Parts: sequence; C-alpha cells; structure tokens
Amino acid sequence: MTQVKLLLGDEAIAEGALHAGIKGVYAYPGTPSTEITEYIQHSAISQENGIHCTWSSNEKTAMEAALGMSYAGCRSMVCMKHVGMNVAADAFVNAGMTGVNGGLVVVAADDPSMHSSQNEQDSRFYGKFAMIPTLEPSTQQEAYEMMAYAFDLSEKEKLPVLLRITTRLAHSRAAVRISAEKPEAVRKPADRDRSAWVLLPANAKRKNLALTAKQPHLEQLSAESPFFRISVPDHFATPENKDALPGNASVSENAGALTGNAAASLPKGIIASGTGYNYVMENNALEAGYLLMKISQYPVPAEAVRQFSKECSQILVVEDGQPFLEEQVRSIVGGDYPVKGRLAGDLPRTGELNPDCVAQAIGKKTVPVYKVPDGIVPRPPALCQGCGHRDVYIALNQVLAGYPESRVFADIGCYTLGALPPFCAIDTCVDMGASITMAKGAADAGLHPAVAVIGDSTFTHSGMTGLLDAVNDRSNITVVISDNLTTAMTGGQDSAGTNKFEAICLALGVEKEHVRVVVPLQKNMEEITRIIKEELEYDGVSVIIPRRECMQTLARKKRQSSRKQD
Amino acid sequence: MKKDIILSGVGGQGILSIATIIGDAAVRAGLNLKQAEVHGMSQRGGEVESGLRLSDSEIYSDMVPLGSADIILSMEPMEALRYLPFLHEGGYVITSSSPFRNIGNYPEEAVEKALASLNHVITVDLDRISQENSMPKSANVILLGAAAGVIGILTPEQLRESIRNVFARKGEHIVDMNLKAFEIGQGYGR
Repeated sequence: MTQVKLLLGDEAIAEGALHAGIKGVYAYPGTPSTEITEYIQHSAISQENGIHCTWSSNEKTAMEAALGMSYAGCRSMVCMKHVGMNVAADAFVNAGMTGVNGGLVVVAADDPSMHSSQNEQDSRFYGKFAMIPTLEPSTQQEAYEMMAYAFDLSEKEKLPVLLRITTRLAHSRAAVRISAEKPEAVRKPADRDRSAWVLLPANAKRKNLALTAKQPHLEQLSAESPFFRISVPDHFATPENKDALPGNASVSENAGALTGNAAASLPKGIIASGTGYNYVMENNALEAGYLLMKISQYPVPAEAVRQFSKECSQILVVEDGQPFLEEQVRSIVGGDYPVKGRLAGDLPRTGELNPDCVAQAIGKKTVPVYKVPDGIVPRPPALCQGCGHRDVYIALNQVLAGYPESRVFADIGCYTLGALPPFCAIDTCVDMGASITMAKGAADAGLHPAVAVIGDSTFTHSGMTGLLDAVNDRSNITVVISDNLTTAMTGGQDSAGTNKFEAICLALGVEKEHVRVVVPLQKNMEEITRIIKEELEYDGVSVIIPRRECMQTLARKKRQSSRKQD
Repeated sequence: MKKDIILSGVGGQGILSIATIIGDAAVRAGLNLKQAEVHGMSQRGGEVESGLRLSDSEIYSDMVPLGSADIILSMEPMEALRYLPFLHEGGYVITSSSPFRNIGNYPEEAVEKALASLNHVITVDLDRISQENSMPKSANVILLGAAAGVIGILTPEQLRESIRNVFARKGEHIVDMNLKAFEIGQGYGR
C-alpha cells in the first residue's frame, strides 16, 4: 500500500528513515539539513514508536549517541549540514573502523553556492576518507527509497553509510510515493564483540586491514546498486544492448560494442550524479546523442567507469559540489582520454550547478530574453526589527568607539548579520565557537579589548570548552553570550543551554561578579553600556549575558496561543 | 502541458504559502510538481525566490531554467524584476506594486520604468487593497487570485479547494477570509 505526499527532499529522507524502522535521530540544526529532524519530531510514528528525536548539543555528540544506539542493536540516523561533518569527524571516521551493529546512516547536507554557509566543502570526500559506502540521491523519491536501502546496506556490510544531499534537493518539494504501512523499530541484541569496539592499536590495525580489503567489494556494490543506471539514446537501443543496460557488467570489453559504433565515431558520454543528473535529463542529453551513466553510490565503481569510457569518445562529468567524481574518473581512464567537467572548465569550477550551465556544457545554449533591468539593487538579509541582537550591537558600538584598538570576534548565527550596515560591528566569523577561542588567542598576543560575541546555542555547541581554556589562562577577554532562548537562525529549535548559562559559566570557573546578565532593550542602554565598560576594564574573563527572547519565536508562540483561544 | 512559475518577494511576505496552495492543488490534480525553496539566512528580510514547476509529464530539474518561466508572481515589484531573465518572451509578470522599503537605496524610478516597459504585466496595489479589506495577512492570497486566470494548468476552482485545504487547520474564519482575498484578487487579474 502506498500514499503520495508532497515532500521536501529533507522530509522524504525523514519518511524513509521512519519506514526503515529507526529508533532514533540525532542532530544539531543546520541549513539545509534541519527539516529532516523537525519532520521526525512532528510525526505521529515517532510518538507511537518512542523514537528519540530531541536535538543534540552538537554534531559530535549526535554522531556518538547514534553509534551507541547502533551498538545497542537499533537503527539510528545522524543529520547535519556539511560543516557539521567537521565537528563530527572524529567519531564519524572511527565509526568506519568499529563498524556498526544496528544500521547507522549519516546524512550530510551540503550547501554548494553557500546559500547559508561558510564554505562549500563536499561531504563525499568524508565518505572516501572513512572508506564507507556513500549514497547520493537525485530526486526526492530516490531520497525516500534510499533510506531503507541504506539501513539494509549498513547492517549487511556492518558499516555506517553516508547519505549526501545538496541544498537543491534538501529544499525542493515534489510528490513522493511512500509506504502506508506502519513501520516497526528494528531491534537486534546489543553487540558484545570487544575486539571490534575497543580501538586499541592491536584491534584498530586489524580493523583497518579488513576495511581496506573490503573496498573492491564496496565498489562492486556501487555498480550493482538499484540506483545505478546506464542510458543510451533510443536509436542505439537494440534489443541486445537494451538488456545490457542495467547490468553494466555485461557490457563488452570491445570499444563501441554497446552502440555498434566503430571506435572512430563513438558517441560522447556523460557521467552524472545527484542533482547534476536532473539537469542532464532536463536538457535532453539522450536525444542529443549522449550515452549517460548515473552514479548514485561510492566508492566510484571503477570497472564500470572504465568500460563505459570505452563506449564513448569523451566523458563529461556532471556533479554538484567539488570535482570529487571528475578527479577519480580522470585517474580511472588515465592518460589522454578527454574528461570534461568542472576541472576542465566546461562547467563552473565553484557554486551549485543549474540547468543553464549544464545546457551549455552539453552544447545546448539557453538565451534569456530579458535582462535584469538597470538600477535593481541587492536586498541583503538583516536582523529582524525588535531583535535583541540589535540592542547588543548598538551598545557594543557605543562603548567600543572609545577603544579604537578593540576587536570583536563573532560567531555563527543570526548575529553574524551584525557584520552588515548599519552595525558593521564584528571583525571575524569563522566556525562554531571560534569567537571565544580567537578572542583568547588575540588577548594572549596582547590585543585589548578582545570581545567575543556568541549566541546561546553556539555557546553550548562549541563555546564552553574554549571558555574553560580562557578561565584556566586567566585570559583578558569579554565574552557576550547573546541569549535569545532559541536556535534562531535555523528556525527556532530548542537551545541546549536555556536557563543554564549562569550556572555553566560559574561551573567553568568564571568569577561570580563577572557573570553579568542584562535585558537588551533601548531603555536599558545606559545600564548595558556601563556594564560592558566595567567588564572591558576588568583584567580577566568576563561574561555578559544579554537575554531576551527571539522575536520570531515570540511571535510564533503568540499566534499559537491566540489560535488555541479561538 | 507545463507551467514554470517564479515566486518572489521579501523574506516574511508569504511566498511559500502561495507555493503551498498551488502545490496542494497540483498534487490533487495529479500533476507532477517540483518546488525549490530558499530557507535559512536569506529569510531574514532579504530577497527570497522559489521556483515552482508544474507539468503533466516528468520534471527533472528542481530549478527553473533561464528564459522558461511562464509567470513571475511577486509580492514586491523590485523582486519581480530581479528574476526577469527567467521569463520567456510571452511570459507574465504579476506583482504587487507596493514597494517594500527596508533598504536605503530603493530604486523607485527604475522599478516603475522597468515595469511599464513590459508587455505582459499585471500590477496589484496589494498594500492598499489588503488594508481596505482589513486582510493584511492575506495579501499573498489576493496576489494568487490575480494570477488565477493566467496559471491555466490549474483552474480557479482547484485553487479555491486548496485554499480551503491548506488553511483548514487554522479555523473556518481564516479559510473564509482567504477565499474572499482570492476572489478580490481575481477582480484584478485577467
């Protein structure tokens, strides 16, 4: 029995995981991955089946908790944005060494073009780095179907599986056929194999050899995947080679065997993955005479690529993200074989693909009729009217005007918008938690005043350990934890440290008289600026906590309560 | 048959609700649909855009290709013009004529001039109309009403049905107000 639902790619993944019988999802919010966990939080199935779905403090704690759930015999999922993979990397890579018991699927949502990110790193490199199977869906329907496949694969191979998506799939909606059956959580006995789970060098060496030896088998699985496909133009599709299409292994060793062409007049080929495949199909590449290989699983099926290359005069690689596949295709086909793509300059070297640049790469130009009229100006995002971060920056700017040597080290969140006019209030924003530690390093070098600005959720994500470093060194820094009681940037998720910040700072060793709480409102400006000045003058670690609820979550609560009263 | 629609506006103006209504109608009508949204940082008062593709055959790309949109449906006039390269020659621009001035250098004259130069354009004074009818929160549905005659692949009745469907959980009062907004909008369409 199936039903049709209109789902974001993220939501299709969530449905797929629910129907695969997960017992838990562990995640820290991050665009474009957030909606996966939110969907599970709001689903009836997760309540009925007691599925764990509250937010984790960061991606590393999420990854480790999921590994623990897998160890105990249940299926678990971890979700994060691409840069979250850097935070989870220690646990992620070593999970490839330990292997899994219950199925474990890690979902990494990449953000090429950096719609809402600091870089455009490609998570497929992490899959290769950890030597585990990596899946890449092209459509919302595939994203749904791949989840059950991924959990089965994870349990069969006893390895975590990485599923990599990009913004365009994560945040695009389509009708998805999903199961209407009620899923049941999968449960196996907890693992007992200490030689697998205790990564002492003696065990790790053995596991490393076994994982490395497994790679040819994993390559074979990539070619046998139900999502792998070779398509040929209709006029080549004779009955014999039509049979040969999905089972690429049967493609002959002889050049041109698939299409009956002599080597001199071979057709051009395309190898596409993920959303890149969609743009190739949008531009009717098959009708234009291209042979097309769709890769949806890594490690790259090298033998299939080698054989495919013999059927083609050249290969264009179409992939969203960094040239991960293109580099490997180059090394597989070797020598002078023409491989086109992002490295070769046929597609843009950076940024997400679109149907237009792919059209151009396959020789089909699209010409827009209209141009953007002269005089149209950008409209950058801004802090909401009434947002407490605004008052924080007004106060900081006012005080720091008297300290021309001061620097403000900021962090990841809505308050990064303090970089833009009218505030222009921050000097750095690098990675989650870097505000406190960079301020500390700068203070160690003698910079004064060194001010850190960090949000409440980012502080509990990765700021606390840095604050401990600063306390232990008695670094001369002033930390502003701008607390809006939520994880605002990603849409208002629960923040792990709400109501605990003073206690956390005191426990980390910040002196009681230098933990100051203020309410960021215009009417309190005199008090706020006075307190900032006092703490800048204090030679040691100070924490100022401006605390006022996010305007967005406040408005949402008001709407909900007025609806209840109706 | 296929229709590519670019929805645009400023973060918070409710373009995703328009997409939700059209999407609901498309699924009920058995059409294929792809709708690429923008989430995250750009929602904070910045420019937002969503590409909505409807077709009775398979749709591959989640993004609307350049020069292929049939309609640009915009809650804000400058934001309509930003996406003009996506419009095909016979395509329609249906937009609010009320500028949203949250930037210091809003190019009022350039926007008016560019809109006037287009062949197929429907402008609706959404601020005035939604205020006069005391429905500031339904401005987006007024705009959808103005587009109802041009969308073509879905009938106004199918869209009305989906307005009922999408707003049902918010109560009958909200459903009725949005149906009225849709009807008012239709009066400004073609």
